[in-house]
Amino acid sequence: MRHVLALSATLSFFWLVNSGHYTPLLLFFMVVSVLSVAALCHYMDVLDGESQPLNLTFTLPGYLLWLFREVILANIAVARCVWLGTSSISPCVITVTANQKSDLGIVIYANSITLTPGTVSIDLNENHIVVHALTGEAAADLLGGEMDRRVCRVEG
Amino acid sequence: MFALTAVALLVVMAFALLRAFLGPTLYDRILAVNNFGTKTVLLLAIIDFLPGRPDFLDIAITYALINFISIIGVLRFFEYAGRKPAEKEG
Amino acid sequence: MDILFDIISWIFLVSGSFFCLTGAIGLLRFPDFFSRIHAASITDTLGAGLILVGLMFQAGWTLTLPKLILILLFSLLAGTTASHAMAKAALKSGLQPLEVQKDNGKAPEESIGTTDEGALSSKP
Repeated sequence: MRHVLALSATLSFFWLVNSGHYTPLLLFFMVVSVLSVAALCHYMDVLDGESQPLNLTFTLPGYLLWLFREVILANIAVARCVWLGTSSISPCVITVTANQKSDLGIVIYANSITLTPGTVSIDLNENHIVVHALTGEAAADLLGGEMDRRVCRVEG
Repeated sequence: MFALTAVALLVVMAFALLRAFLGPTLYDRILAVNNFGTKTVLLLAIIDFLPGRPDFLDIAITYALINFISIIGVLRFFEYAGRKPAEKEG
Repeated sequence: MDILFDIISWIFLVSGSFFCLTGAIGLLRFPDFFSRIHAASITDTLGAGLILVGLMFQAGWTLTLPKLILILLFSLLAGTTASHAMAKAALKSGLQPLEVQKDNGKAPEESIGTTDEGALSSKP
């Protein structure tokens, strides 16, 4: 039930933001379409902790702030590599272990790796993530395991 | 200043097109087209702020969704395209 | 106050354009597909982010602001998913990263040639 409510709230917000017309007729259409989509998702049985991760509501924002800082630093490092030319990069492929308990945690970890420029997750089997790193420093940073620990903490 | 950013984005899009023409592999071309698409979204968002052109942001949102779906669709096609004949033979 | 906002949004827009250009130059300059993904991800994250934040300062408290936030969130999520999907599809089709490639002695043109033909021959 919590998941249905969360989905309805998200969809209503999306409609209100994108519509810009607040007449009774259009608000009625909003209620009808939000309810039908929520009912459809409920009967398809796709509403669970994975599509609506409510348990992460309070731990995720702090992690996102840290990730934001990391992304900016990594961007500057990769931009320097671009301007210095091909000789400054040393591509390598490494494998990191994801210590998260749930599939959702592993996905958050792999997506954070991809979001950070300089490292891209290229394959995933069980809990080993194959990562392509642009420079040795980026790879060493990732192998340090700081991001892994933080994602584990997000998971709670 | 919006015109300046728009010109910079057009240059970026030209570079991406150049990579799509040059790109030695198929995936280089897909990457360049994806990059071209995300820059189109930004360009549409900027055009929204140029005078006399309201409501371009809705088009930008729609274009972002279409771009993502089309890239995933093309990748799926090429990912399974090589596998299908083998399945038929076996 | 308006002038202050204008200056802030100027700074964001110009630095965003700079990062977009950097990413595009990296796209042309880097030697192989897997390193080009990194260049493309600069323009996807910081370039797009800075330009959209610069536009948010211009929008003020109107309905434009949440729409810009939606575009930003979506482009971050879709960008990562698309780059991961591209890297994985390239790896599955036999395209090797530059380092591993030295061991196999396989040229990227060679490996993609087979993929292209495979894709063509599978057409009905």
